[in-house]
Amino acid sequence: MNLLTQPVGLTHYLIVGALLFVTGLVCMATKRNAVGVLMGIELVLNGANINFVAFGSKYLGTAHQCTLGLDGQLIALIVIVLAAAEAAVALAIVLSYYNNHITVDVDKADELKG
Amino acid sequence: MAEYLSQYIPYWIAYALIGLIQAGLLLALMLVTVAVFTWVERKVSARIQDRLGPTRRGGRFGWLQPPADGIKLLLKEDLVPKNADAFFFRIAPYICFCTTLCVFMAIPFADGWVAERLNTGIFFVLAIAGLGVFGVVMAGYSSGSKWSLFGAMREATQVISYEVPMAMALVVPVMVAGTMDLVTIGNMQAGWFTNWFIFHDPFTFIVFWVYFTCAVASTNRAPFDLPEAESELVAGFMTEYSGFRWAIFFMAEYGSMLVVSCLAVILFFGAWNGPIPVTQFLGLTNDLHPIAGFAANLLGLANCLIKACICMTVIVWVRWSLPRLRIDQVMATCWKYCVPLAAAMLLGAMLWSYAFPAGLLFRNQAFGYASEKSDVMSDIKNGKVARAEKGGRQTWK
Amino acid sequence: MEMINWHTCFFLLFALISCGFAIAIVASSNVVRMAFYLIITLGSVAGLFFLAGADFIGAVQLMVYVGGTLVLLVFGVMLTARSPFVSMRTGGSQWILATIVGGSLLVILLQAAFSVENWSGERIVQTTSAQQQISPTSTKIGLSLIGLRVDQLEQQDETLRAGMSGYLLVFEIISVHLLVVLVGAAYLARAKRRPLKEPSNSKL
Repeated sequence: MNLLTQPVGLTHYLIVGALLFVTGLVCMATKRNAVGVLMGIELVLNGANINFVAFGSKYLGTAHQCTLGLDGQLIALIVIVLAAAEAAVALAIVLSYYNNHITVDVDKADELKG
Repeated sequence: MAEYLSQYIPYWIAYALIGLIQAGLLLALMLVTVAVFTWVERKVSARIQDRLGPTRRGGRFGWLQPPADGIKLLLKEDLVPKNADAFFFRIAPYICFCTTLCVFMAIPFADGWVAERLNTGIFFVLAIAGLGVFGVVMAGYSSGSKWSLFGAMREATQVISYEVPMAMALVVPVMVAGTMDLVTIGNMQAGWFTNWFIFHDPFTFIVFWVYFTCAVASTNRAPFDLPEAESELVAGFMTEYSGFRWAIFFMAEYGSMLVVSCLAVILFFGAWNGPIPVTQFLGLTNDLHPIAGFAANLLGLANCLIKACICMTVIVWVRWSLPRLRIDQVMATCWKYCVPLAAAMLLGAMLWSYAFPAGLLFRNQAFGYASEKSDVMSDIKNGKVARAEKGGRQTWK
Repeated sequence: MEMINWHTCFFLLFALISCGFAIAIVASSNVVRMAFYLIITLGSVAGLFFLAGADFIGAVQLMVYVGGTLVLLVFGVMLTARSPFVSMRTGGSQWILATIVGGSLLVILLQAAFSVENWSGERIVQTTSAQQQISPTSTKIGLSLIGLRVDQLEQQDETLRAGMSGYLLVFEIISVHLLVVLVGAAYLARAKRRPLKEPSNSKL
């Protein structure tokens, strides 16, 4: 019950952001499906977004109340837009790869292997 | 209302109770509308096709047909195909239904009668309405048959393509009003029917028809219903669904029809203000007595619902009057006609609002420079910048 | 009993959902399930944004990220998910390496998170009508995007004000960037015409 009565601070958001970031990193590193790697990228970007929004929020108390203010939210907005753009390109690459190799297994993309 | 109740019971129970009551009211509204409109659709389609429609259940007009249909669907066998991905198969209809229901949270039916008054009302509505496509894709994929998958992909393509001109068309009344708050937009159209946004300038008038086309297309109603057309793909993504699951999809489709009709009414047709300002003449405002204000709001609610029902009936009428478009024609309509038209109308409405801020023919004192309505800008103009952060949504009673 | 802080309750709910389903994405091997879990994860991240007071960004996340980018990903999954490729497993050694790297990064990030002073948060005293204190951000964000920083008008320090321009150039850049990216992506993913096998020598 103690956990539920205390207000949420900046640290809680940073922990969630860190967890999402690391999860995305592990997902990017271990998935064989190219679309799975893309999902890892989305998780990484969302972890970063949570951090930005948390630093820009004035409702999460810190001792000094020095927050990013609206800049945090604007950076998060720009990151969302850029993530959409990058997902479009990455998916185009994956589809191009699929059209040429009939597989999305990234382990099979070894034509340039020395 | 929750603050009122919290004088008697602990505030968190009050909030939970009020939330449940509001959710129940919205669910009831959606389900009753769906039931009534299945009957309306069958009667209207019958009359258009020179026949009678349901006449056996419930007297001469067959008004008990919807409950009869519902009972039949509930009693059907509940099956999941063998090739189907069972988890997604089961959950897909509920995703469609829940996204449609959640949109009603932000839609006001009278002044202040909204479940959650959001500053970004339109944006929230568009965002949640766009999530319904996941239910469709999941249904098509998990059915395990390629016809379902084709139907689902076509439907998803159609829905997300038409979101673009729909959003652009919805930006026009938002720009004219200067706010995304649906309650404020409704209040700005108070008075005579000349205050309605559709009569504000010719560009908004044309953009209403663009919005109507896009709304009909995004809810996959004819003439844009190729993905679920019986003669083409059996029933598209709904092929393998029967019984209660199909009923949930059906309710989601009619619910989204109600959503786009309510949006059209609020943004273009004066929301809860009738063509003649009766409440103003009768003096039924909150200053008189809270009951008078409540009565005025009740009249507004009736107004809003009647207009939404007229809009839905027009959608049903259009379904049975126009031939179906092919998928390439559907896409061409979206990208070659609706998008440039909506963009041009946005430009035109912007120039009109700049040139004639208070209206050309019908002076509406609710307008002025759009910037003055926002509390931030008015604070800047009045030099009270330090208080611009005071913030505050008004609580509603 | 102390009053339950509902903000914390909802934060815990959304945080557990997003982290739990994120881990489920890593643990799952069926790409369609992964897409579904990602939808839930990003939806609860939008909930976290709402709880942090960024209402406009939460709505943008739902509309653009979940309703746009994830639809794109789901289309990609559907177009490339043939049954031999729906489940692909990775070898154990790669898992160990990834866990070591990820775990060490997590330790570093958590250590940074816990070093925020007074991290348990001395917040605004909770009142029963807490929603009156949340100010909407959409007008301010919109005005910042066209160059007017209305959230920093009370900034007294002149040296800091000089660097606080709006985000108009950024807005323009990302708009053009989106256009370029979409044209490029459409070109990359076009259906390539297969060359004719033999020159037609038919006797028709």
